[in-house]
Amino acid sequence: MAARNQPMREALRKALREEMLRDERVFVMGEEVGKWQGTHRITRGFYEEFGARRVRDTPISEMAICGAAVGAAMAGLRPVAEMMTINFAFLALDAIVNHGAKIRYMFDGQFSVPMVIRAASGWGDQATASHSHAPEPIFAHFPGLYVAAPATPGDAYGMLKTAIRDENPVLFSESIALYPKPGPVPDDEDYLVPVGKGAIRREGADITLVAWARGVEWSLQAARQLEREGVDCEVVDMRWLRPLDMDLVYDSFRKTNRCVIVEESLPMYSFGSEIAAGIQEHMFDYMDAPVKRVSAMDLPLPYARDIELMALPDADKVVAAVKEIV
Amino acid sequence: MDNANGAALPDRDTLLDWYRQMVLIREFEETCYELYEEKRITGVYLHLYSGQEAVGVGALAAIEPRDHAITSYRDHGVALARGVDPGPLMAEMMGKRSGVSGGKGGSMHLASREHNFWGGFAIVGGHLPLAAGIALEAQYSGRDDVVLCLVGDGSTNNGYFHEALNLSAVWQLPVVWLIENNLYGMGTRIEEASGQPLLHKRAVAYGMRDGGRIDGQDVVAVNCALNEAVAHARSEGPVLLEALTYRYRGHGVSDRQYSERLRDELEEWKAERDPITRLGACLEEAHPDSRPAMSALEQAARDQVLAAVKFAEESPAPDAADLVRNVYVE
Repeated sequence: MAARNQPMREALRKALREEMLRDERVFVMGEEVGKWQGTHRITRGFYEEFGARRVRDTPISEMAICGAAVGAAMAGLRPVAEMMTINFAFLALDAIVNHGAKIRYMFDGQFSVPMVIRAASGWGDQATASHSHAPEPIFAHFPGLYVAAPATPGDAYGMLKTAIRDENPVLFSESIALYPKPGPVPDDEDYLVPVGKGAIRREGADITLVAWARGVEWSLQAARQLEREGVDCEVVDMRWLRPLDMDLVYDSFRKTNRCVIVEESLPMYSFGSEIAAGIQEHMFDYMDAPVKRVSAMDLPLPYARDIELMALPDADKVVAAVKEIV
Repeated sequence: MDNANGAALPDRDTLLDWYRQMVLIREFEETCYELYEEKRITGVYLHLYSGQEAVGVGALAAIEPRDHAITSYRDHGVALARGVDPGPLMAEMMGKRSGVSGGKGGSMHLASREHNFWGGFAIVGGHLPLAAGIALEAQYSGRDDVVLCLVGDGSTNNGYFHEALNLSAVWQLPVVWLIENNLYGMGTRIEEASGQPLLHKRAVAYGMRDGGRIDGQDVVAVNCALNEAVAHARSEGPVLLEALTYRYRGHGVSDRQYSERLRDELEEWKAERDPITRLGACLEEAHPDSRPAMSALEQAARDQVLAAVKFAEESPAPDAADLVRNVYVE
């Protein structure tokens, strides 16, 4: 497939613009998405191209942004609401998980909620505790919602299109650190990444590294370093935190019999906990070593650069974890 | 002829139809109460509309089928006033598959898509931004539908109220925000919960039309005010108004101290301001031959609710396949 090398930011912008051109029902709303051009520039030029009806600047009202997205979606539109950072989505947790995710079930299928909540996620810019989170597992806790977290520009493009076209609500996490990173983006306006399907980023025989979003990058870096030391890593990119492609993890584990889970988020009640639990329950006979996890330290994040980075996962920590079990 | 609040009286058939709806709601709610006491309705949450019938009936009469209604968890009366069949509503109370929400929503989550009744919602204030979103769809699509959003007085002090009303004003959405002020948010009286207990005055803060405070026990006055509010929402933008009303059965049926705690106040509201008694008196004064018709409607309501109970009790419960259905659109 023909592809162009583009940063993830441009891949997201291209996907969103094409979906707005394709379907009149798709519109964007959020803080500074219009005249300001979007805090992260995903909606750059949209206000001029689509106008105020379809590119809707909102007050700083996360409960109303997400709640109105739920209502508009119930009524037949395809809202794409932006949370400037995923931290602000905590204010709208009730609208997203208690309404958006449950309305279809509570009313036994009378309504569907085809909305996308895009949220810029992550840490690492000395943003301090209240602005430094990768809390996708919180949202993934709730049935009724899908949670997307792409690691590459190509996936960002295809997954956002999938999310917008799907009939279900999607929390779409975009890693701020990955916005500028380039990668191939397919030249196909109907390029879709199926909901709940992960991808093998690197094949290997000795150990499975399971990751999402930035964790994929650290895992690939670690795999390159470990290759020089004779350890052959397989890297699994989950892409969707819900549904979770456990079959892909199990297929890999049956081959390698060892696993390190790499997550950008906090360790308790996490992505890592979930995958480790699945492996011990379903892959017990294949286990040659304990499952290890590399997560952020169990702390609020500090401001000071030196200790902030100390609290966070990176490729070196992945290498160290792998060496403990191979 | 005008009624006590100065509103012009509609014709006899309209008044009788409102009477029919109000006695049906009262009968339905009092039957729910008995069924709960008898443990034939077993859910822990059951918030009854007895006493507030004039608000729902008068307000819903002001909107058309193409318009939209949405409310809080005190939703039985609103569903009935929107024309939803009592049978599937009662079946929902009993957790049956034939319930409007398949037995999965219960008392607080009644809805009927075909009636443009978007539901009862159980988180205080949670449905307010949904109302804004439903109104946005109408505006976005170039239709002039309005959304009637019933709001309990209790929800006026959480963030949803502020954010949703402000957004509706900024975007000039076609929403009628109707506060049903029954004086208490659970057990806390409105004066103890609101710096400004004249709740309709909040409209000023959002730069939207203030529809004032109306007598919520007078169905004619409610309907008259709502007609104006709906016309404003349809052509200009959002409006906020407040109907003063009273609940007869406490916050929920589990509030067993209610009738004791507020005995004098409750008896006064029942004796002097009951909305059904008042509409009956109004009908008899305007149309002295109405008594037999009213009696027939009362009997019809009893029969209809009995039939609804029978339908509900004879309906099957949902099964294991229903349990896992409709989490997602497959």
